[in-house]
Amino acid sequence: MPPVRRSPKKLRLVKSPRTARPTRAKARKPAPGAKKGRPALRTYDAATVRQLASAKRAWERAEVARSIASAPSRRTEFMTDSGIPVPTVVTPAERAGEDLGDLGLPGQFPYTRGVQPTMYRSRLWTMRMFAGFGSPDDTNQRFKYLMAHGTTGLSTAFDMPALMGYDADHPMSRGEVGKEGVAISTLRDLEILFDGIPLDQVTTSMTINASAIVALCMYIAVAEKQGVPMEKLGGTIQNDMLKEYIAQKEWIVPPRPAVRIVVDMIDFCSRHMPRWHPVSISGYHIREAGATAVQELAFTLADGIGYVEECVKRGMAVDDFAARLSFFWDVHNDFFEEIAKFRAARRIWARVMRDRFGARDPRSWQLRTHAQTAGVSLTAQQPYNNVVRTALQALAAVLGGTQSLHTNSLDETYALPTEESVTLALRTQQLIAHESGVDRVVDPLGGSYYVEYLTDEMEKRALEYLRRIDEMGGIIRAVEEAYPQKEIGESAYRYQREVEQGERLIVGVNAFQSERQEPVQILKIDEQVAEGQIARLKQVKAERSSAAVAAALARVEAACRGTDNLMPPVLEAVKAYATLGEISDVFRKVWGQYREGGIF
Amino acid sequence: MPERKLRILVAKPGLDGHDRGAKIIARALRDAGMEVIYTGLHQTPEMIVNAAVQEDVDAIGLSIMSGAHMTLFPAVIDLLKEQKAGDIEVFGGGIIPDDDIPRLKQLGVSEIFTPGSSTQDIVQWIRQHIQPRA
Repeated sequence: MPPVRRSPKKLRLVKSPRTARPTRAKARKPAPGAKKGRPALRTYDAATVRQLASAKRAWERAEVARSIASAPSRRTEFMTDSGIPVPTVVTPAERAGEDLGDLGLPGQFPYTRGVQPTMYRSRLWTMRMFAGFGSPDDTNQRFKYLMAHGTTGLSTAFDMPALMGYDADHPMSRGEVGKEGVAISTLRDLEILFDGIPLDQVTTSMTINASAIVALCMYIAVAEKQGVPMEKLGGTIQNDMLKEYIAQKEWIVPPRPAVRIVVDMIDFCSRHMPRWHPVSISGYHIREAGATAVQELAFTLADGIGYVEECVKRGMAVDDFAARLSFFWDVHNDFFEEIAKFRAARRIWARVMRDRFGARDPRSWQLRTHAQTAGVSLTAQQPYNNVVRTALQALAAVLGGTQSLHTNSLDETYALPTEESVTLALRTQQLIAHESGVDRVVDPLGGSYYVEYLTDEMEKRALEYLRRIDEMGGIIRAVEEAYPQKEIGESAYRYQREVEQGERLIVGVNAFQSERQEPVQILKIDEQVAEGQIARLKQVKAERSSAAVAAALARVEAACRGTDNLMPPVLEAVKAYATLGEISDVFRKVWGQYREGGIF
Repeated sequence: MPERKLRILVAKPGLDGHDRGAKIIARALRDAGMEVIYTGLHQTPEMIVNAAVQEDVDAIGLSIMSGAHMTLFPAVIDLLKEQKAGDIEVFGGGIIPDDDIPRLKQLGVSEIFTPGSSTQDIVQWIRQHIQPRA
């Protein structure tokens, strides 16, 4: 179903923000092609546009033609990384249809210019550095180190066995325990992970999906032991299963039961955890798997629409949960396109929530987001170049209006980052926040002819994808048919070919190579971590009541087979020290293990 | 008689889901005229070796991003020997620190391609080093 626009409550633009421009927009009768339901508020009046268009044509015939004759263009055509044509220069002549109602003021519908009226003047973005490796003790120490150095929110990476629902002692976990994140099998591990960190005073992000329900219940249980009720817990759990099938590929059961668990969690959190974000709808992994910025924007918003649809089908009122949905974008190299992506995302989401789902609460319209610089853009060659890449990407995220940010470390193409490299990545954000001056003004690129052009183009192309997905019967259907997966695979292959054919230059990789090896320190995870985790797991199993565990797991199974919310029985099971693997085994038993065919 | 096409198994062992590289390699080898079988994700060394023997491949390319390379490469090589298929060459790539490469080669891995390697380098290496098994 295509979005239907209803008339806005009130257009609260008091005056044009472009006082320095030659003309000032005036409200006038709707121009042809104006948005239905409200009068267009043209940025540029028709006479100015005509005048400029004619001046530009003359300029192209004279100055541009002469310039190209003496110094031809370096390329026959210029495109953004997503393939949007880039004009030589954008002027009001190309922006004739620009409507100030599409921009709004910061903190106003449709939030193109930001979700808060004063943005970083009131509160800087959260500098949230993703961390997790080795044993829970190792990660606990890294958390405390980061807090001592000014990080303002915790962010937990779990190891692959935890993400796939296996305990440390499972045969599938061989060689993987504590390698790509912290190893977690039971509540005891989480107790150690957050030891000495008062959970009512930090916000915590947990990057876990297929087994997210287990992790969230463990977190609630640890907080309870600290005397902190779940109502007071602030943070985010990624819990975006649709993007797992599309890109990240850490799963336990097939898409439909997986989404049912997500909806159970959204429902539970909307009732009991008012400060918690039960899902972080993630473009990051989609992008890293090879999607273009447009595809990242489209597939991520499609996932968000999918969750809202499922919640509404469950009978939930959209304004009861929508404000707790949050997003997570990748920030890649194409500076302006990335900024435009953030702006277009906010505008599309606001309209989808208001017009398609009928949300009334402005907080339901606001797309709040975390962002991470693009891990995939880092190179093993000349690793110190990665500091520069990350700084540019971080600046784009800030200019795009992100609410929180992780910056990657220079050594991440080799291994998990060392303490020194993580500190430098955090310092990069602090420099942007406190030295560059970009924190002082809201949406400084709003009104840039080029950025507004790109924002419109991104929006147009993303809406086209959304229409196609609606026609297929929605995102769950599209995922089952591997539509986004195939689109992303094509883009990834095209990108690689462009690099190999030299159409796309990557400094240090296919251009400006150097023979000199720059040594970087590598963080190594000892195999002893696995042994330690397995020993602790054995001990927990010996100390717990097996009868209580069996009874709790039986209640989890009954809830899986019925329609009761899964959160209460899973919470009870983790408190009885049922393991993450045991609870995931119940899911596998009821719904089967998901497998993807070897398509390429 | 024309030489038979090389048969390569591209395999993704371990639990991580980072299959962008594996799929690009699979496609590039196919475009270079080889027969490619891709295992899909989350394969155990046993599953990979069984597939290699069953499909009668000439070489296995392992893609590992999870840091488990020092466990998974030797496991595949040992299982191949057990199944009397030690002549199937094993190469690989992914997030593998330089320091680990000599040890992996000692253990019998023919070549390791680190981030930034071009698919053309890999195709060329295979053409030079892998022969169809008798």
